[in-house]
Amino acid sequence: MKYLSEYRDANLVDALLRKIKRTVTRQWNIMEVCGGQTHGLVRHGILEMLPEKVQMIHGPGCPVCVTPVSLIDKAVELCLHQNVILCSYGDMLRVPGTEMSLQQARAKGGDVKILYSPLEAVEIARKNPRREVVFFAVGFETTAPANALSVVRAKQLQLSNYSILSAHVLVPPAMEAIMNDEETQVSGFLAAGHVCTVMGLREYEPLVEKWKVPVVVTGFEPVDLLEGILMVVTQLEKGEYRLENQYKRVVNSDGNRSAVGLIGQVFEYRERDWRGIGEIPSSGLFVKDEFRDFDAMAKYQLTVRPDQTDTECLSGDVMKGKIKPPECPHFGETCTPEHPLGAPMVSSEGACAAYYQYSMKS
Amino acid sequence: MCLAIPGKVISLQPSSDKTNIPGKVSFGGILREVNFCFLPEAGIGDYVLVHVGVALSKVDEKEAMETLNYLQEMGELDELDSEQEKL
Ligand code: SF4
Repeated sequence: MKYLSEYRDANLVDALLRKIKRTVTRQWNIMEVCGGQTHGLVRHGILEMLPEKVQMIHGPGCPVCVTPVSLIDKAVELCLHQNVILCSYGDMLRVPGTEMSLQQARAKGGDVKILYSPLEAVEIARKNPRREVVFFAVGFETTAPANALSVVRAKQLQLSNYSILSAHVLVPPAMEAIMNDEETQVSGFLAAGHVCTVMGLREYEPLVEKWKVPVVVTGFEPVDLLEGILMVVTQLEKGEYRLENQYKRVVNSDGNRSAVGLIGQVFEYRERDWRGIGEIPSSGLFVKDEFRDFDAMAKYQLTVRPDQTDTECLSGDVMKGKIKPPECPHFGETCTPEHPLGAPMVSSEGACAAYYQYSMKS
Repeated sequence: MCLAIPGKVISLQPSSDKTNIPGKVSFGGILREVNFCFLPEAGIGDYVLVHVGVALSKVDEKEAMETLNYLQEMGELDELDSEQEKL
C-alpha cells in the first residue's frame, strides 16, 4: 500500500541498521514515548537487531494504561446503574477495574458499545433520545480533536443526552515528569508522530532546552523508527541536543491549527492522576464549564480519587521505563492477555501486550 | 489507539456545516466514512492520515520522496564505505 510498503523496505532497514552500528560508540538509552511505536519495535524485531549499545526504553504512551481505576469504576457504574449506553474504544473493554472490567459489566447486562469514533456515539444519542449516551473519551492529543468535535456537534444538534467521560492525557508533561525522575536513564526521546500531527512541534522546545535532551518526532514504520533512532544517536554522539522531525511527510511544525483550536474551545488543562505513575501537573484535558452539560463528570457528579496502588501489577515501573515487561514476575505467568492483572497486558498499545504477543511467539 | 494509517481520498461532499465535511477514504480497498472538518483543503486522490473518524493531515508526497531518496543514497554510500574498509 502506498506510503506503507516503502517504509518497510528490507534494504533500507539494513542500511539504517548498519549506519546506526557505525555511529554509536557509547551506551545510549532512548525512550520511545508512544505505545504504538513500542509495538512497532517489538513486532518488527527491531529491538533484537539494534546494537547492544542502543537500549530502547518503553515510555508511558498508552492512554488506556494510565487511565485511573476509579474512572473505569465510574464507567462500570454508569452502564450498570444509570441506564446509560456506555460507548468506548475497544481497547478499554478488558482493562481491570476494582470490581470488574467494562466487559464483565456488559456480561452483567450493562449496555456497553465499542465504537471506532466518538462521532458514532453522537449518532447513537440522536437516534435514542430516551437514553443517555456517555462516550469514554480516552486518548492522547491525537484523539482529542475528534472527542472535542463530538461535544461541539452534540451541542449544535441540541442533544441533551450526550456527554463524555474525559480521561484525556497529554504527552509533553509526561516527558517532563520522566526527566524529573532522579532515576531516569533516558538520554534521548523519539516523540510520538501522530500526537505531533495535531499539536505540531513547538511544545517540545522547552523540554529540549531545559534537559538538554535530543527529541526526534518519529513515525511508526520500521524505516521511520530506525531513522528516528539514527537521528537521536547522531545528536548524542556529537554532544548535541535538538528538536528534529523525522516524520515530515505527515507532521508539519504547526500541527493542525483548526484541530488545536477546537481542543482549546472544549477542554482546559488541569492536573491529572496517571495510573501507576501518579499526579502530573497540567497533564489532563477536562471539559470546560461552558460545555458542562456534555461533561459526564458534572452531569453525574463524579469525582476521581487518586488510585490506591495495592495491586500486584507493576505497570508504573513498566511505564516509567524502569523495567521491561518480562522483568515483571507476573508476566506470562499469572498475567496474560486472557487473564490480565493490569492494563498494559490488554491495551493494543500496552508494552506488556506487545512483548507477550510478539516475543512469546519466537 | 493513536495509530493512524494513510488512506486515499475517494470522495468528498461539499458542505456548509463547519463541523461536518463528509468524505470517503480507502485504506487498501476498505472504505470508511471520514469527517474532513479539520482538513478542508484535502482533495480527491490525496493521501491523508485518519484517526478515529477524522482526517488530521495530508501526506506530503514531496517530503515522502525526499526522505526515501535520501535514505536510499545514504544506504548506497554506506555500502561503498564498508567495501572500501574491507579493501
Ligand atoms: S505483566 Fe501484567 S502485572 Fe506485570 S506490569 Fe504488565 S500488566 Fe502489570
